[in-house]
Amino acid sequence: MLRELRPAIVLVIILTLITGLVYPLVMTGIGGMLFPSQAQGSLITVGGKVVGSSLIGQEFTSDKYFHGRPSATTAPDPNDSSKTVPAPYNAANSGGSNLGPTNKALIDRVTADVDKLKQENPSAAVPIDLVTTTGSGLDPDISPEAALFQVPRVAKARNIPEDRLRQLVNEHVEGRVLGLFGEPHVNVLALNMALDGLK
Amino acid sequence: MTVIGWIQIALYCAIVVALVKPLGAYMTHVFNGDRTFLSPVLRPVERAIYWAGGVDERREQSWLTYTVAMLLFHVGGFLILYALMRFQALLPFNPAEQSAVAEDLSFNTASSFITNTNWQNYGGESTLSYLTQMLGLTHQNYLSAATGIVLAMALIRGFARASARTVGNFWVDITRCTLYILIPICVVYTLFLIWQGIPQTLGPYVEATTLEGAKQTIAVGPVASQIAIKMLGTNGGGFFNANAAHPFENPTALSNFVQMISIFAIGAALTNVFGRMVGNERQGWAVLAVMGVLFIAGVFVCYWAEAHGNDAFTALGLTGGNMEGKEVRFGISASSLFAVITTAASCGAVNAMHDSFTAIGGMIPLINIQLGEIIIGGVGAGMYGMLLFVILAIFVAGLMVGRTPEYVGKKIEAKEVKMAMLAILVLPLMYLGWTAIAVVYPPAVASMANPGPHGFTEVLYAYTSQTGNNGSAFAGLTGNTPFYNITGAIAMLVGRFWMIIPAMAIAGALAAKKIVPPSAGTFPTTGSLFVGLTVGVIVIIGGLTFFPALALGPIVEQLAMRAGTLY
Repeated sequence: MLRELRPAIVLVIILTLITGLVYPLVMTGIGGMLFPSQAQGSLITVGGKVVGSSLIGQEFTSDKYFHGRPSATTAPDPNDSSKTVPAPYNAANSGGSNLGPTNKALIDRVTADVDKLKQENPSAAVPIDLVTTTGSGLDPDISPEAALFQVPRVAKARNIPEDRLRQLVNEHVEGRVLGLFGEPHVNVLALNMALDGLK
Repeated sequence: MTVIGWIQIALYCAIVVALVKPLGAYMTHVFNGDRTFLSPVLRPVERAIYWAGGVDERREQSWLTYTVAMLLFHVGGFLILYALMRFQALLPFNPAEQSAVAEDLSFNTASSFITNTNWQNYGGESTLSYLTQMLGLTHQNYLSAATGIVLAMALIRGFARASARTVGNFWVDITRCTLYILIPICVVYTLFLIWQGIPQTLGPYVEATTLEGAKQTIAVGPVASQIAIKMLGTNGGGFFNANAAHPFENPTALSNFVQMISIFAIGAALTNVFGRMVGNERQGWAVLAVMGVLFIAGVFVCYWAEAHGNDAFTALGLTGGNMEGKEVRFGISASSLFAVITTAASCGAVNAMHDSFTAIGGMIPLINIQLGEIIIGGVGAGMYGMLLFVILAIFVAGLMVGRTPEYVGKKIEAKEVKMAMLAILVLPLMYLGWTAIAVVYPPAVASMANPGPHGFTEVLYAYTSQTGNNGSAFAGLTGNTPFYNITGAIAMLVGRFWMIIPAMAIAGALAAKKIVPPSAGTFPTTGSLFVGLTVGVIVIIGGLTFFPALALGPIVEQLAMRAGTLY
């Protein structure tokens, strides 16, 4: 058995260096060369300043923007580091609500959000993704229905005809990959940047 | 449930099955020591490793030496990972200035990664430095996966060999597995993932100013290289807290589909390796069929439950299934499918929050783990787990007709059956035992995030997942407390090694036996009768063990949801 000690020590060290250092560093080099934008996090820069990542959702509260889904991410409480405070779309601390299906807190939250959205747009059914939290807390997308649902509010706040906005939303719908995988969705940040660019 | 959802599921199964033969053939060559198309590049590296380690690649080991070598290897890996976490603040590649990880959390995380569990009591982007992620976690992602595969190979050799005293050489197997199988696939896979949008950078977290003028800190890192092996090796430990739900770990529906395939690829192919090694590929297909039956049943129930959704939502006029804790780009079908796959295999990555699944939808992942993760299972671990159940099924069949049972030419006798029972019974002892203690210990109860039966399910899931070396969670439970860190680590270590050691003892005992040629009285193990019998034994043993616990958790919660009761 003692003669297994040398290979144990040597192989642990060599294989650790190969898989834990050589492999990720080489992949960082090659990946950065082949796909420089993605490797850095698909960042969007406007006028030299980073406004976000096309893959990471951000919080929108103004009536002039389309809103993303509710996010349950948190941040450390500045007054007491042992506690946390809500910080939607905190991209340095991802996570979901983890509320179970029979939790009163979940049902109360959804009920309140549904009531609020019904006042905003009484004419359409409330899309479920606008009242349920995202798994990562950073979902960059909403369903096409959820974007269309918000058109009357945004149109009013921006004084733009609703038809023009519906057209904009439809232009931003990304279909299923290869017509098969996943679900159709709208990237909220891309939509809102296009909205800012409308004349 | 939608037609397109089912087409995705059917296509998934077809691709996994199509990969079984080519990958199985390649892996068989690798473990037989044959030349492969990668040998010109990798053979010199392989020889250099043996030279440095003083390994004689022609010298094989008995099952006991093989097991001791494996254990020594794990002690080394554990110490490196533990030290990295404790000292990460003093080491390089730490742009986010993460401080040292606490002792109990380091113990839990090191146990978690050497056992291929990858339970996350840590929050990746908020706790670990890039160096810990790479040198600690990525490396253990590789080696714990390779360990599972080579142990399965040792057991397979036990079935395949006649009157042999050895089951292979651990050092050769682990080196060849890492160099010839895992690294080449991961190199290509990583580039695909970067192309899809997963970051791969050593730069610091990005400070962005959002359209509304707020500050957003975006965590990045050397993510793609770790995600590739996290999936392929059925590890499942996330770079980020939200795991594969995080857009940087799983940016598109296509990356999601490929990740799901990579979870099953090696585990499914091992059934073919088994068939080839025992000289009849149909033996492998029969084992895969047992797995397939259980898998499809799980997918159907989980998808149905999530598509049906939460009755309380329906009452508010919401339609479209249970989207709480799910991501829009995946939707209901890809989220349900992922949840079943990740728990059928011992992967444990999640692309949606299991804690927020409906009661029945969340029960399926739990059952998958409790069955022992033998539906494809963890790379290697699923294969040896399934072979233990096969031994029991064959034994039951032998009892029915009153003759000594045989499997692929080996007589299954008292020793093998006792060892198989030992391995199979220790799992429920761990997860039921710790759950029973946790639910009467007030500080442990305080960690539950959800009231009512759901809180109980959170605890049951936590110990089930850790014992089964899965790593997925009902993540609301605050697991980062000394009680959960330490008891969970014990569950993980026992769940892994108490299964491995009996399995290796069986390997040694089987290798020493003669091969009995099949006779008219031999129970055929390539037909539907065998598949049905094995599925039956798995379901009955599983059902008898954990049904009472499920009745207290998800089943009662489903009834409550139907009755409109909230907690």
